[in-house]
Amino acid sequence: MSAGVGVDLQDMWIKFGDYVAVRDANVNIAGGEFFSFLGGSGCGKTTILRAVSGFLEPAEGKVLIGGQDMAGKGPNERPTALIFQNLALFPLMKVWENITFSMEVRGASKAERQKRADELLDMIALPDQRDKYPSELSGGQKQRVAIARALCAQPDVLLLDEPLSALYLKLRQHMRTELREIQQRVGITFIYITHDQGEALTMSDSVAVMRTAVIDQIADGRSIYDDPATSFVASFVGENNMFGGKVKSIADGQVIIETNRTGTLRARLSGTCKTPLKVGDKAMMFIRPETFKIADQKDDASDTQITAHVRHSEFEGQSYNVFLESYRLLEDADGKEIKMALTNRGEARLYEPGTEMTLQYEAAQAVALPAGAVATE
Amino acid sequence: MKDYFRTNGQVMGWGLLLAVGFWVILLIVLPQISMLDFSFRNNLPPPEMGGPKDVYKIANYKYLVFGAPGNEDGYNRVDLLVFLRTLLAAAAVTIFDLVLCYPIAYFLGQSPGGGFTRVLVLLLIIPYWINEILRAFAFRIIFGDTGVINEFMMLFGLIDRPIDFIRENIALYAGLGYAYILLMIFPMYNVIESLDRNQIEAARDMGASWWMIHRRIVIPFAKPGISSGCTMVFMLSAGALAAPQILGGPSSLWFTQLIYQWFNTGGNWTQGSAYAVVLLLTCIVIVLAVMRLFKVNMGDIGK
Repeated sequence: MSAGVGVDLQDMWIKFGDYVAVRDANVNIAGGEFFSFLGGSGCGKTTILRAVSGFLEPAEGKVLIGGQDMAGKGPNERPTALIFQNLALFPLMKVWENITFSMEVRGASKAERQKRADELLDMIALPDQRDKYPSELSGGQKQRVAIARALCAQPDVLLLDEPLSALYLKLRQHMRTELREIQQRVGITFIYITHDQGEALTMSDSVAVMRTAVIDQIADGRSIYDDPATSFVASFVGENNMFGGKVKSIADGQVIIETNRTGTLRARLSGTCKTPLKVGDKAMMFIRPETFKIADQKDDASDTQITAHVRHSEFEGQSYNVFLESYRLLEDADGKEIKMALTNRGEARLYEPGTEMTLQYEAAQAVALPAGAVATE
Repeated sequence: MKDYFRTNGQVMGWGLLLAVGFWVILLIVLPQISMLDFSFRNNLPPPEMGGPKDVYKIANYKYLVFGAPGNEDGYNRVDLLVFLRTLLAAAAVTIFDLVLCYPIAYFLGQSPGGGFTRVLVLLLIIPYWINEILRAFAFRIIFGDTGVINEFMMLFGLIDRPIDFIRENIALYAGLGYAYILLMIFPMYNVIESLDRNQIEAARDMGASWWMIHRRIVIPFAKPGISSGCTMVFMLSAGALAAPQILGGPSSLWFTQLIYQWFNTGGNWTQGSAYAVVLLLTCIVIVLAVMRLFKVNMGDIGK
């Protein structure tokens, strides 16, 4: 696996005039890795991809592919192939012509190209579609043709710019598995851009989470979800309940936080956070909806319990979601609801609005981070 | 038809139909039919019209090909040559305009838009607010013996004596080419504008050269616009009158000028009609043949 060609971004800045699109990116992508950039729209993830593919030159810093500096090399001189968000298949060329366009450019014969097209069509499981036009294919088929077209150039690095975003949910989930399989079969480096955390977490070896122009954290999906490095990552990846407050005390990797809305609560320190919390600091703590349980007994002295009123609840199939508001909501500046997700095991039910409930959580599953930017929906 | 009236309503629906009907039948079909009818008739003074002498014949067409009865030459060489030269010159003007306008249309269509593009488009349009005849005269001045071009070339010592652009018909071709530039640019611009820029980048990413990108992606995509532009420029320059009158050299005649002479100075409307019908039909046949050659559908031109 590690035989593949890696990509390194070193102190890379990209600017459009005065606007900084990417700020000091440092990323090391190992050869053969499935690497994702995850971030909201306009965060600069596509810009990074364009810098790797050669459509953009960074203002400062370097892009290295296989250890070689790519400065001054155009997209056609780099061992990368890019799959565009809208795929950019050529509508007036047949499927096989589309797939083998990179060979046509090099002057390969028609027979040679058709043979190669057949091989690739077999690989993407579309054997009989050779002579169709892209408009005659379904969304998933187009997707696969775009992948085959990119692979035909035998790139060392495949760049994918949200290629699944136009597909409907079921197909998107299916294509995730397929993409991951193709990546493991061809063994080349995939760099994947997405705003969909599900895609990033399921497919990737590593994920870089981007806030506007800045990479906040690079880690495997599990660390990103369980051990976020910043408040932005915690709020952006997955669902999270956020509680703001001040650090009251720190001991044994755990923090007691005097929250604005729900009294004193206990949480653990994030293992990946670079700026350590100190007593008196403003902090944010995050508890995932699925980690709440209903407490057996209300205990006023407990610092891992939250008592609140049910505002409304909803049935989502695999889970019941209960939305609650705390007693002190009125005094709370950022008064968001608390969300609890209860797995549907047959016994859960919808709770009447107004019911008082005490939620219990494990301190190890609540993460405390320095107060900072959070993702806005 | 039911849907048509449902979406437009009775009043609006009939109004639209009437307007289109008026335009197509009264202004296009009927005049052409009466022209066709005229071309087969005798040239008679009004009192004799409808009389015994008013019969259909093909003498007017024969005249174009063989000349006046008793012509020793066998063919009407002068008029046929003018006819041929007009068609060839119109084709040359069309190709010249295509070569000139494709890069402009591509640049406009693929530039990210914004103020600069809009200014360029305005700069292209504004000269056309000036009357066609005035523009032709302006070209006469520019290309004249003491015009800007001759003066400049003499100033830089490129030539000793002014070149007679008018006599050489260079002014005529330039004027014709210029007259229809917009009709060439805009259809191509419209199509190229809708070309997804990612396709060009995808091709570049796969190593395609500049020439390859145009040959395989942009030109096939722009074909409807190209054929629409070429058709209009060819038809209009073959049928142009003002530019040849003003810019044409003393020895050069445009076929439309012959038609004009028959109608106007010759007072022979039936003969002029025959000439006009021949020009129209030939142009249509040429356009259809070229469209067939380049595999363009009539529907594409309307796009």
